Amino acid sequence: MDYLDILRLLDSTLRLATPLLLACLAGLFSERAGIFDIGLEGKMLAAAFASAAVAVWASAPVDNPQLGQLSGLGWGWQAAWLGVFAGIVASVFLSIIHGLASITLRGNQLISGVAINFLAAGLTVLISQNIFKRGGQTPPLTGDARFSEITLPFAETLSSVPIIGLMYSEVISGHVIFVYVGLLCVPLTWWVLFRTRFGLRLRAVGENPGAVDTAGISVTRLRYAAVIICGVLCGLAGAYLSMGTAAAGFGRDMTALRGFIALAALIFARWRPWAAMWACLLFGFLQAVSTYYPKVDVFGLFVIPSDFMEALPYILTVVILAGVGGKAIPPRAGGVPYVKER
Amino acid sequence: MKSIPRWADLALIPFLNLFLAFFVAGLVVVFIGEDPFRAMKIMLTGALGSDYGIGYTLFYTTNFIFTGLAVAVAFHGSLFNIGGEGQAALGGVGVAVVALTLDGTHWLITFPLAILSAAIFGALWALVPAYLQAKRGSHIVITTIMFNYIGAKLLGFLMNGPLKKEGSMAPESRRFEDGAQLPFMQDIAGWFGMEMTRTPLNISFFVALICCVLVWLLIWKSKFGYELRAFGFQQPAAIYAGINPVKITVITMVVSGALAGMMALNTVMGEQQKLVLDHVQGAGFVGIAVALMGRSHPVGVLLAAILFGVLYQGGTELAFEIPAISRDMIVTIQALVILFMGALENLVRFPVEGMFARLSRGN
Repeated sequence: MDYLDILRLLDSTLRLATPLLLACLAGLFSERAGIFDIGLEGKMLAAAFASAAVAVWASAPVDNPQLGQLSGLGWGWQAAWLGVFAGIVASVFLSIIHGLASITLRGNQLISGVAINFLAAGLTVLISQNIFKRGGQTPPLTGDARFSEITLPFAETLSSVPIIGLMYSEVISGHVIFVYVGLLCVPLTWWVLFRTRFGLRLRAVGENPGAVDTAGISVTRLRYAAVIICGVLCGLAGAYLSMGTAAAGFGRDMTALRGFIALAALIFARWRPWAAMWACLLFGFLQAVSTYYPKVDVFGLFVIPSDFMEALPYILTVVILAGVGGKAIPPRAGGVPYVKER
Repeated sequence: MKSIPRWADLALIPFLNLFLAFFVAGLVVVFIGEDPFRAMKIMLTGALGSDYGIGYTLFYTTNFIFTGLAVAVAFHGSLFNIGGEGQAALGGVGVAVVALTLDGTHWLITFPLAILSAAIFGALWALVPAYLQAKRGSHIVITTIMFNYIGAKLLGFLMNGPLKKEGSMAPESRRFEDGAQLPFMQDIAGWFGMEMTRTPLNISFFVALICCVLVWLLIWKSKFGYELRAFGFQQPAAIYAGINPVKITVITMVVSGALAGMMALNTVMGEQQKLVLDHVQGAGFVGIAVALMGRSHPVGVLLAAILFGVLYQGGTELAFEIPAISRDMIVTIQALVILFMGALENLVRFPVEGMFARLSRGN
């Protein structure tokens, strides 16, 4: 393994960490406001499908026999953005169901999340099969319907500079826009949560909603705001999966438990934005390792089977949840519906 | 205000919730461009219109009784075991280990051993998440979900290695000999001189029914069950009363995992008579809907399992008749049942409570 190999590994780490990071920050907003969200997975999946399906439709020529009864919009680059928007709408829709169940109707937040996951798993394939008739997949996204990699300025020129320049051009440069958006969301989340009045109230509502209510601020409105922000970020994560990765389209269960890994990362990060980023990068790195090295030969003694390498990120999730580095203390009012006193 | 009649709590509210779930499912069918009433008719005839259909329905029901009871037992301790899928998958390994070594004998010998082995394997797969929840506070929902995935990978490894049939390309074990094949219902009917259509319904259906009774005894008639319900109802009070939370959590999850693991008797030893990669086929997840719908009571679980058996068998026929409504419709219905009977339960309960409050004030 030489330097270039390491750089390639880091490059895919960044790619693989992005959906985790966006979902993790989504969960951060929700859980900091006291709403547990097991349904990140389902929201991402719904968004992945909605964005891919809408992007296919918007970018298809006006008379497209491939789509059956639907004719396309014939859009150019806007098609991809319409797709992202559709993904966000789908995800926020599920968020509102979760909000309705857990805020207004004071239901069980875990059960609601599980229901949302199944709902997304069933509906996406059902609708996809109904429209596209490709066994649940969307047609592959091509050209304008997907996002292409952005080469950052000077990446070409700097690539000749040995260590640092190569790092810049190989690792930092050459990602789709979601990767950079994801990274920018980290300081943004930190700023919103810890430097704005909204953020202070949001955190307070997750610790002691009674106090927030006493101060004359609506607990309900704050929690809905958090849940909707969560939906928007999950929407971005899902849109990235189907429009910004090599998958280039939607496939059945394509989120592959990323929503749950993001939750584990969130717990590992103790509900803090910067720590969340490092946790997600760690999981991204593990996924990168397991894709690059499907079989590991241990000094010629024995070969670690590929099934184990594939399961490795999931095993590590459990290890981390087992409390490596102390006990995780969630927001105090998390998972408890708020009942206003009368 | 909170007091409503028992019949409303046990019958009216669940019925209205179920109605809402199926109403929305009907809307989905309309959205796809099919007739929901025709779909329903095909489903019902497919599931209950012939003894062939009923046999398959009860075969699926058997799976869902096991996984539904598994989730229900955990619910009583306010633990959410969504690892039934993985526990059942590993239960299959337990069945296969017994069946592959002892299938030269007789099913009367292999069956009890396989029950034990399936239960132990399922329980072991639930033990780690249980221990981590009890000792380290790891979120059991996430750990059990991860264990589903890890279990699938472990099964994949075993099916491509140690348990694989020699000289076969497919990831499956060799077929069990006669000594490890469970009698089908048509065989049992034959002992009494009756004729029945060939279906995969087998003797493990009765094991499932016995498990219903045993779970009822465990939860409502034993000291452990009392502790479990106290723990699930009000943890601090239960701990104050001297109930050991670690012990309760671990035992509950072990029982839950054992029940889920026993599901494999029906699919591996009954239906397939060999271990295949995907013998669980989502039944572990259906258990969640079944337990919620059955209000975690064995009788309710049995009824809900029959309903989901009808949905599964009817859904198979439906996918055959109307290809646009694929098996994913079942996952969707399952999701809607969980949503309306679990999370959105108060959508019906609040208005009903308000109605009864107004009625009693009128008196």
